[in-house]
Amino acid sequence: MTLTFLAVMSSSMTALIAALTVLALAAFLGFELISKVPPTLHTPLMSGANAISGITIVGALFAANAELSGGRTTTAAVLGCLALILATINVVGGFMVTGRMLEMFRGKKEDRS
Amino acid sequence: MSDWIEPIAELGYLVAAAFFIVGLKQLGSPRTAVRGNQLGAIGMFLAVVITLVKMNAEEGGIVGVVLIAAGVLIGAGIGVVMAKKVKMTGMPELVALFNGFGGGASALVALSELVGRTPSESSLGAEVFIIAAGLSSVIGWVTLTGSVVAMFKLNGTIKGNVVFGGINLVKGGLLIAAIVLIALLVNTSGQGALLDSGQGLTLLIALGLVSALLGVIFVVPIGGADMPVVISFLNSLSGVAASTTGFVVNNNALIISGALVGAAGLILTGIMCKAMNRPFIDVMLKVYGAARGSDSGEKRTARGYEAEEACLAFDGARSVIFVPGYGMAVSQSQHVVRELAEELERRGTEVRYAIHPVAGRMPGHMNVLLAEANVPYEQLIELDDINPYFSECAVVVVIGANDTINPAAKTDPTGPLGGMPVLDVEKARTVIIVKRSLSPGYAGVDNDLFYEPSTMMLFGDGKAKLTELLAATKDL
Repeated sequence: MTLTFLAVMSSSMTALIAALTVLALAAFLGFELISKVPPTLHTPLMSGANAISGITIVGALFAANAELSGGRTTTAAVLGCLALILATINVVGGFMVTGRMLEMFRGKKEDRS
Repeated sequence: MSDWIEPIAELGYLVAAAFFIVGLKQLGSPRTAVRGNQLGAIGMFLAVVITLVKMNAEEGGIVGVVLIAAGVLIGAGIGVVMAKKVKMTGMPELVALFNGFGGGASALVALSELVGRTPSESSLGAEVFIIAAGLSSVIGWVTLTGSVVAMFKLNGTIKGNVVFGGINLVKGGLLIAAIVLIALLVNTSGQGALLDSGQGLTLLIALGLVSALLGVIFVVPIGGADMPVVISFLNSLSGVAASTTGFVVNNNALIISGALVGAAGLILTGIMCKAMNRPFIDVMLKVYGAARGSDSGEKRTARGYEAEEACLAFDGARSVIFVPGYGMAVSQSQHVVRELAEELERRGTEVRYAIHPVAGRMPGHMNVLLAEANVPYEQLIELDDINPYFSECAVVVVIGANDTINPAAKTDPTGPLGGMPVLDVEKARTVIIVKRSLSPGYAGVDNDLFYEPSTMMLFGDGKAKLTELLAATKDL
């Protein structure tokens, strides 16, 4: 009994440490990735990064995937569906609007040259 | 049967994350930004496809077809319409709102998992599951309500900054309450689901309310000129929310991408703070310009000029620099500005625009507006690059800017503006300032520039005054 408990503990512990490692490395990478950004790109960068934070759409898909059989799984799935709507707006709208902004900047540039 | 899918899906998520990394990197450089955005979109599409394939291959398969299809279709429809319909001038509000939706989605995923799943089933352990879901709820709801308040501030629905005594105590109290609620949630969880204990539901609702209120209280007191800092910080928070949600559903794609966005958002927040010369903590906690309205010192009067007088300065000018500020955004005068610039160019004058990083209410606000008005990109010059040119410039035209051109930043190093990087507008031969009144800017510091003999004040609405100036210049 105790042994099984310890085994479970240590396996979830290993998984947690692996996840924390990924988190730490990704955060460092994020800090290094963007250093000097010209002001022209501040808005598109923010809006594009924001669309990427819509990755939570993956979690929303899993959360919305349940049969509507009543009870708490249904509540959970409906919440997941709401999350999916918000996440999809964030992703689709975010990438599109960033693209529109960048097209606008680029269009002007080519007109002139 | 479904063993094969696990490693394949993990690899797929890794590829998607790589797309995000390269995409973000390329978004930071003008030459590659368009491709960067496309790579991000491809990465996202890939992540969604992998998720559907994985769900299909796993035990049970895709059982929630209706909810999934409804969610994606409704969301995509709304997203497309909003992205297509928005005018460039409404961009700050839309970016803020999308950002809030991202945070809200993360909070809802966490809530759904807390409601539907038995914590002890989580491969990261029950405690980690609940703590991560709790944090994700708090950060997500704060991002949502904070962004919505920011949006209302940007479009003028909420005017001014609501401040009351002890507001920082309220913020602190709400934050502590949120932490206590998460601790209680961890405590309630036995072997079964959270909601089995009855108390669980109360705790979840309380956590949601406390977090939503925290988001409102956090943004409401922050004033207009600090908005660029707040918006980029909320952007960072939406990433952090996605990352913590990654711990809830134990998914590396969420953890990596969320952390990337969180870090990138913080970098942008830092850039904005530096341009305001205000430490981040001050923006968040210190109420700025609260002691405003203390009419210390003598009353000075600045002389108002007519457009016909002011336009004479353009005659024979070799070089003119435009300095746009928030006033240009409010009066929507960017098109008239461009027309005036073209008229000047036709007369053989060189025209440039000086862009201060925190001009306006959003990072890059002026660039978006001027691009919408078809101002050529090469004419927009950054603060450090344009400052040496003011001394050899005949006329500077300031449109509704104040703190970003206030010489007090240099002459009064200990004042509220002391040390903030500003545009050296006063070095130009003539400065034309289009402004509604002499009222001090956000920092509450009077601007000596308004009273200089070389300054001509055109009092009134930006668009109206610039239209007069344009007509007068054409008659020169």
